Amino acid sequence: MNTRNIEILVGAFVVLAVIAMVMLSLKVSNLASYGDDGDAYEILAQFDNIGGLKERSPVSAGGVRVGKVSAISYNNKEFTAVVTMQIEGGYEFPVDTSASILTAGLLGEQYVGLSPGGDEENLVAGGEIDITQSALVLEQVIGQFLYSKAQEE
Amino acid sequence: MIVDKILNKLQQTGYKTLSRFSRVGRGSLFLWQVLFSLPYIIKRPGLLVRQLYYVGVQTLLIILVAGLFVGMVLALQAYIVLVDFGAEDSISLMVSLSILRELGPVFTGLLFAGRAGSALTAEIGLMKSTEQLSGMEMMAVDPMKYIIAPRFLAGVIAVPLLTSIFMAIAILGGYFVATEMLGIYEGVFWSQMQNNVDFYTDVINGMIKSLVFGFVVVWIAVFEGHDCMPTSEGLGQATTRTVVHGSLAVLGLDFILTALMFNV
Repeated sequence: MNTRNIEILVGAFVVLAVIAMVMLSLKVSNLASYGDDGDAYEILAQFDNIGGLKERSPVSAGGVRVGKVSAISYNNKEFTAVVTMQIEGGYEFPVDTSASILTAGLLGEQYVGLSPGGDEENLVAGGEIDITQSALVLEQVIGQFLYSKAQEE
Repeated sequence: MIVDKILNKLQQTGYKTLSRFSRVGRGSLFLWQVLFSLPYIIKRPGLLVRQLYYVGVQTLLIILVAGLFVGMVLALQAYIVLVDFGAEDSISLMVSLSILRELGPVFTGLLFAGRAGSALTAEIGLMKSTEQLSGMEMMAVDPMKYIIAPRFLAGVIAVPLLTSIFMAIAILGGYFVATEMLGIYEGVFWSQMQNNVDFYTDVINGMIKSLVFGFVVVWIAVFEGHDCMPTSEGLGQATTRTVVHGSLAVLGLDFILTALMFNV
């Protein structure tokens, strides 16, 4: 086979690999969501129990994804879990917004749901959400149910 | 009499052990020489392109077919397990993570050892047994630079490229089965994947794995070819050893790399 044909085929092979890499980075993984971090800002919320929430879990308002959980830590003074959320630039929420940890479906992944309040001031970078609702832990719910059943009898 | 037999056995065992060690030593020195011959390729890129055609383009078909079927089978299997828990939406996550982290690099490494590694060994081994390599040395052409180094570098470049193609086509295969056959919604399939697959931990680590596998498999392949007994029998043994040792190296290294990268 002559050199030119070989060069063409090798070129096509490399281009195919590059297309595959682009697909892996944009379509399969979350690389695309790293890009628009420019205007993003972070807000905090403290929960008694975050259940199975993880870093990179989605943050949504009214079912629309508006950001992601960027860090989770434990406050050893107040004994609460501190969830840092990265909200994409362009989305703004009033200061009396409440945050709750919800589950997609019965056993699906957990996410933070924001319900906006009515205040005229908006949360700024580093702001904290005061009204929070912990995750629903299935074991506790079942435990409470069994306990109340036992009391009835 | 008995003492003689025992001594004989001991001597044989010792001889075999020492030969093993000397092979490892020769292999390491060989790699050293190859690495120092690599800069020569900058002056002769044509050699590299030709070898990329032989080890890369010609391996592409088997990678495409294998990847497609691995992805499709994985989606079917995942569905059978997950549907019992009502979690069939997670099928894309299971397919993509197992492809990106394990199956992509490992399958490509194994297929490469079987398809391209054996061909490399046979080619170099035949050159040795027909004394083409010695002939080149006679003409003051260093076969290390002219024959071994381009093949080595082409292999090291080709394996990660093949792996990324394998991963992409396997995920597309899984996508086809999940949406067309199993009735998973297209949006659910991609969004589950994007929410949970991380580019750096999953994709980049998979590519690092493939780079390591490529390096080791090609090293074994060119060394076996260069080190084979220059007979038809020795050539056959060398080719077999390339496939066996290459595959075992891929599987063993995969365990070590997984333990290092994804410390669960």
